[in-house]
Amino acid sequence: MPQLEEVTLDDLKHLVSDRALAGETMMLNMGPQHPSTHGVLRLLLELDGETVVNCIPDIGFLHTGVEKNMESKTYQKAEVMSDRLDYMNPIGNNFAYCLAVEKLLGLDVPPRAQAIRVILAELQRISSHLVWVGTSALDVAAMSVFLYCFREREQILDIFELVSGQRMMTTYIRPGGLWRDVPVEFEKAVRDFLKIIPQRIDEYEALLTKNPLFIDRTVGIGKISAEDAVNWGLTGATLRGSGVNYDVRKFAPYSGYEQYDFDVPLHTDGDVYARYLVRIAEMRQAVRIVQQALDKLPAGPVRSNDHKFVPPPRSEIGTSMEALIHHFKLWTEGFNAPKGAVYCAVESPRGELGVYLESDGGPKPYRVHFRPPSLDNLQVLPLISKGHLVADLVAIIASVDIVLGDVDR
Amino acid sequence: MAETLATIVEQLAKEFDGQVIEYAGEASVVLPLSRIAEAVRAIHGNFGFDMLSAITAVDYWPEENPRFHLFYRFNSIPNRMALNVRVPIPGLEPVAPTITDVYKSANWNEREVYDMFGIRFTGHPDLRRLLMPHDWEGHPLRKDYPLGYEEPQFSFNYDEIDVRKPHAGQEPPHGAAGPAGV
Repeated sequence: MPQLEEVTLDDLKHLVSDRALAGETMMLNMGPQHPSTHGVLRLLLELDGETVVNCIPDIGFLHTGVEKNMESKTYQKAEVMSDRLDYMNPIGNNFAYCLAVEKLLGLDVPPRAQAIRVILAELQRISSHLVWVGTSALDVAAMSVFLYCFREREQILDIFELVSGQRMMTTYIRPGGLWRDVPVEFEKAVRDFLKIIPQRIDEYEALLTKNPLFIDRTVGIGKISAEDAVNWGLTGATLRGSGVNYDVRKFAPYSGYEQYDFDVPLHTDGDVYARYLVRIAEMRQAVRIVQQALDKLPAGPVRSNDHKFVPPPRSEIGTSMEALIHHFKLWTEGFNAPKGAVYCAVESPRGELGVYLESDGGPKPYRVHFRPPSLDNLQVLPLISKGHLVADLVAIIASVDIVLGDVDR
Repeated sequence: MAETLATIVEQLAKEFDGQVIEYAGEASVVLPLSRIAEAVRAIHGNFGFDMLSAITAVDYWPEENPRFHLFYRFNSIPNRMALNVRVPIPGLEPVAPTITDVYKSANWNEREVYDMFGIRFTGHPDLRRLLMPHDWEGHPLRKDYPLGYEEPQFSFNYDEIDVRKPHAGQEPPHGAAGPAGV
């Protein structure tokens, strides 16, 4: 077995104070296996008593080389890797990747597919925020909310299973549309969910929003100003909690978001409590969007008709020679994308999820880069945790809503 | 809004000896490496792009000059615009100036580019590897870096697999005394 290395502060001298080098403050390792770091995040903390003097995040424990792997797969096959980045938002990852491929190819998506994509992406947002509310309440020692949140999340995962056969790694959104149309039970399942969720959100709020213990633990903790938040590249609810109105769905609408009437919740305090309020409000807005999308769900096909890029329906393969050739070619060598590079972004539950996709004219992406919202949101941690207690640091980590699969890729 | 973005792109190209390329309805400015630090300051200050959305790189190996392209994406929240900037970099000892003094969020993004492509950023306050282990050799996203598979070592077959590793037969790193038994 390899021997353990002795750890010194030599590499990190510039990140800690002189007091740490003199031995006056304590260096403490937190994670990577720690229930409150929301995954495999390691933090090196410089502590003065219980107060955080410096915090040095160490990431990469979940790095799986997704971007490198995708370069060796055809466009369709590379998509399944995108599910595994932000595992709280697999639909959103597929969504961003497919939008980038479609932009590269100039492929049109039928309106029905666009609306279903929006419905699923918003349900995913609710489910991600439910996990967030549950786990961050757990971090500040409110146990029961967690159980309620997971009860509702279960219902959303059941809807995903209904449409795609999978609860999490769905790969349901495909370049050019969807894998297949939703089953007839879909509408009822979503409507049932929409009926109960507003009251359930009220219930979580009843447990947390005016709870004096929760307020004590969150108000004034982990503050960041609007200017700093923008300069540090924060996005999503973490940015909007500081009062900056930036939401990709409004900034550069995609997939028909401009047709839906919804607000972007903002809060100006920029602390943990503000981010909590923004996320709760966002869930209510997501319900509104799903409601509208479902009410005017157009009929029609769910996949583009361009069979150079999108596989023809199974039923055609038995009767049409053309369809058989397309099917065969698409699943053996894939399609050639024209040379060029595009950048596409969607609003994931955590913020701007961007995909940079470059093609050299062949059937495999030449370069894929994911702009993970969690990475930029996490890098601000040293700034906003300074001077707080270790117990508050836990609340702050939760409030920036990181998913380590997204950070490390 | 598209007109104003077009004028910004043209102005940038004119001011900093760049050129404009367009693909899929999106314009990018290609700027020379020598002017990028200056240009980024202007993008932030004069043109009002207040957020750095992403930095990444592309490797065009075996092309050598330029071998890499740095890709920057800037957002202007008040003006609802996004700007793409590309910077070609030669393959021999790739170096670029840091933009962490203008955009704080460049810190980890530049570390990631350094980690994955080996492009060094001069003036960066904390240029360490971000995702790979600190003693890793090579830069994985370079095109001449093979997509290899690593055999997992367990305690019962650690030594058996160790002799097949690329570093077999060499001195163990950090003066470690080699396998110490189980």
